[in-house]
Amino acid sequence: MNDVSAAATGRDLARIRADFPILSETVHGKPLVFLDNAASAQKPRQVFDAERDVYEHGYANIHRGVHYLSQVATQKFEESRAKVRAFLNAPDVDEIVFVRGATEAINLVAHSYGRAFMEPGDEVVISVLEHHSNIVPWQMLRDERGIVLKAATATPDGMIDLDSMKRMIGPKTKLVAITHMSNALGTIQPVDEIVAMAKQVGAHVLIDGCQAVPHMPVDVQALGCDFYVFSGHKLYGPTGIGVLWGRGELLSQMPPYQGGGEMIARVSIEKTRYKNIPHRFEAGTPAIIQGIGLGAAIDYVNAVGFDWIAWHERDLLDYAMEKLRGVNSLTMHGQGEPRGSILSFTMEGAHPHDIGTILDDKGVAVRAGHHCAEPLMDFYGLKATTRASFGLYNTREEVDALVDAIGAVQEIFG
Amino acid sequence: MTGASDMRDLYQEVIIDHGRNPRNFGKLENANRSAEGDNPMCGDRLTVYLHIDDDGVVDGTSFEGHGCAISTASASLMTEMVKGRTRAEALALFRRLHEMATGRPPEDDAGAEPVDEKVLEEVAGKLEVLSGVREYPMRVKCATLPWHTMKAAMAGEDSTTTE
Repeated sequence: MNDVSAAATGRDLARIRADFPILSETVHGKPLVFLDNAASAQKPRQVFDAERDVYEHGYANIHRGVHYLSQVATQKFEESRAKVRAFLNAPDVDEIVFVRGATEAINLVAHSYGRAFMEPGDEVVISVLEHHSNIVPWQMLRDERGIVLKAATATPDGMIDLDSMKRMIGPKTKLVAITHMSNALGTIQPVDEIVAMAKQVGAHVLIDGCQAVPHMPVDVQALGCDFYVFSGHKLYGPTGIGVLWGRGELLSQMPPYQGGGEMIARVSIEKTRYKNIPHRFEAGTPAIIQGIGLGAAIDYVNAVGFDWIAWHERDLLDYAMEKLRGVNSLTMHGQGEPRGSILSFTMEGAHPHDIGTILDDKGVAVRAGHHCAEPLMDFYGLKATTRASFGLYNTREEVDALVDAIGAVQEIFG
Repeated sequence: MTGASDMRDLYQEVIIDHGRNPRNFGKLENANRSAEGDNPMCGDRLTVYLHIDDDGVVDGTSFEGHGCAISTASASLMTEMVKGRTRAEALALFRRLHEMATGRPPEDDAGAEPVDEKVLEEVAGKLEVLSGVREYPMRVKCATLPWHTMKAAMAGEDSTTTE
């Protein structure tokens, strides 16, 4: 991991960029300008080197072999779990459940928490700002268990409306499930206040941290929430791996999500005794390589450091907002503070998909559409937006490339 | 696929014009067929309305909804092109568009009624403005969504998606 510290101690953007080989690619003959980090971030070579190292030197199935390679792989995988614990400042490593991603984490909670703790008429409160992955599992639970699903509204500048949230949370509320940072708008939500409201009625809180974890340090004990979920691939890590953190006393009372190998203590044809947490939620062979890769990604982000990441991404965000304010016909949405490095905008007379295609022609990769947040779009009366999202490796020059490409949109649609 | 000139191949004036000022936009009051079309990937959504007379001729067409310039222009052009055509001719135009955009006929096209292709030549030329999507695989569905939706309406289905 010498490379990580070298990149980080210098805190030199050029050296950080050199850790991400894909950033040297050209697209349609132009240098790649990758501004779709909120969908999935690119990976530093430290991550895929760590993965390759396991394949080449230490791969076997984990938690079951007495042989050398199985022990090596198991140790590395469990070291990753410990890194995640530290990353979230979770009290206990056994509270870290590896899943495929945040979507699976929320489905797991809906399924297992729902079965353990929810009766017909109990309420789950979300917000209109949620990603579909924090809406649909609750709708499925509602239809299966007869629970009630409520959604707090939002303020015009992209924050969960605390007055609305206060009205939604009541004596029947069992769980409040909210995003930490809006994937469509970039606004960082007042989760402290919402956790406090939930605690007053004895409700539990799940926070979807997918967008937050790449940009800011997260301390689940300080947040006071009960579940925190995120995906590895947005944190410069591999796809196919994500994290559910849950309070041990809750997880221990929840039934398994899936049955199979790995999660059992004793199986007979009549019945099965399950392992303790976290393994009871990890049926089957897990994403071993990806779990180890996630550990390398966490090392990388820690080595660069959130102080620097926050400073750098804020600089990019401010620079981009200043530049885009100067573009006639362009409107930025959800401009509330605090915010992370996501900018969502629309342009008069040009549809986001057409904008996305024209930007792509200039080598600039952005997301166009509803960002898997249709209720948010409906709430704000938007059909779709164009979203530029910045990561730790982006540069002011790339913001300039975005602004130039927007000029090309105006040429065609102006 | 480099440079603004190629973008102009995709966004020809006719596309920009129909995208900005779509023809036959709005609900068709006497429609006897309609269907909704969705592109879940991008959120484009439109409803196609048809009136098909007793002889199987499409004598009224319209659409409403929202989408990008390509899908809006394709829908607008479609409503102009299929009006006055038989059901089979309208579907033959879809086949031509689909083949132009993707190199293959639409799915479920087997068993399509034969039509006099010569009759279609003149009107089919209008489809050429959409040929730019060939180079943009992610945008092909934008051009074909309205036509898939028309086909669904003709088949009596309420909705279709591009997925």
